[in-house]
Amino acid sequence: MTLVTTDAFDASAAWQLSPRVSLRDETFGALAYHHDTRRLVFLKSRPLVSLVRRLGEFATASDAVTALVPSAEHDRYVAALRSLARSEILCGS
Amino acid sequence: MGVDSSLRSRFEQGLAAPICLTWELTYACNLACTHCLSSSGRRDPKELTTDEAKKLIDEIAAMQIFYINIGGGEPMMRKDFFELVEYATSQNIGVKFSTNGTRLDAAAAKRLTSIDYLDIQISIDGVDALTSDRIRGEGSYDQARRAMDNLRDAGFGPFKISVVMTRESVEQLDQFEQLADSYGAQLRLTRLRPSGRGVDEWANLHPSREQNRELYYWLKDRPQVLTGDSFFHLSALGEPLDGLNLCGAGRVVCLIDPIGDVYACPFVIHDEFLAGNVRADGFEAVWQTSELFTSLREPGNPGACASCGSFDACRGGCMAAKFFTGLEITDPDPECVFGHGETALASQRVTLRRASTQDHSRRTRIAVSS
Repeated sequence: MTLVTTDAFDASAAWQLSPRVSLRDETFGALAYHHDTRRLVFLKSRPLVSLVRRLGEFATASDAVTALVPSAEHDRYVAALRSLARSEILCGS
Repeated sequence: MGVDSSLRSRFEQGLAAPICLTWELTYACNLACTHCLSSSGRRDPKELTTDEAKKLIDEIAAMQIFYINIGGGEPMMRKDFFELVEYATSQNIGVKFSTNGTRLDAAAAKRLTSIDYLDIQISIDGVDALTSDRIRGEGSYDQARRAMDNLRDAGFGPFKISVVMTRESVEQLDQFEQLADSYGAQLRLTRLRPSGRGVDEWANLHPSREQNRELYYWLKDRPQVLTGDSFFHLSALGEPLDGLNLCGAGRVVCLIDPIGDVYACPFVIHDEFLAGNVRADGFEAVWQTSELFTSLREPGNPGACASCGSFDACRGGCMAAKFFTGLEITDPDPECVFGHGETALASQRVTLRRASTQDHSRRTRIAVSS
């Protein structure tokens, strides 16, 4: 089974944690495992884990970042989301 | 799956649950490979029952362990093999299982193809019968190839061909790659450890320092070749290989053996690395609170490697390889790329090779009929 691969992460679109991904909390953040690609990805902070878990509640990824992340950190978190979208941990919703 | 050094140090302190859990389902095996790291052959009468195995799978699911590596022995020799695999995958636990292929006939291939979340590794130890059978027994290579044919014909998709790197097989890297390509399979290479019956064979079979160097560059050119983080001791040669590049024993890795004993990693089936038993304690308690695993998660002493500029790259290498060649944990890896391990081995006043404390080898070697 292949999912649509997304090279271009558009923060003005709606995103969510892929239903094909399991997240396991760890002290440093979380481990994410994609059951189709069999790839393991590390989420390296607790706030990033919360953002990823709640992403699907918002109309766009930008809205989620604005609501959940201090403004000085916005770019860093958008970059983190882009990277997670590239590894298919996130998918469009 | 590259990780930075801050994350690596977090891993060295241990995780809530293993990333890589190996579960040897049975000590029974119809082959008698000379380098078998679990000294398998005969079934142990104390092996987990079907109900106990399912209870363990429930616990694995509750701990959110994403996938398990099933081995043996030959796991397909358990009568409840399919029942257990299907029980695990139905709970969304991915299963990767290693097999010698002898039981993987057309019907089994068809059934395996119907299971989601399943990866199969078929082991060979040479690219031809001559090389492989010397280690795995007469007829074993042809049987493994038949299993590969069966998986291909059943439309399983990209299975894995798993090869332990020996002095001979490491000379056949390009041919292994061609073989894997011919099946649309993935190649998986792992390190020969001096564990189990391998303790007797390691000195004769392990690749030379020059061969290890060539292997490192070959792997650097082929990130698609899987290694299970097996060759991190070679990362001292330059850029790290793909993977966590650390000794995961008791930190991100562990082994559950067929009787439920939990060891720090698949390569140290020895009382010194026995953390507990799933029957007696439950797996989660062993993983999270056993004395052994707690001590393995404490900051390590770099020992003899402290003054080496490459310690951060190789972390002193593989604990099991040191232990079974009689080196101290603070010694360099016996296959240290700079030769420090060879020096340490040569300076041993007496050879302190240890033997595994579980031995299920058959008493006589049997030929495999083809």
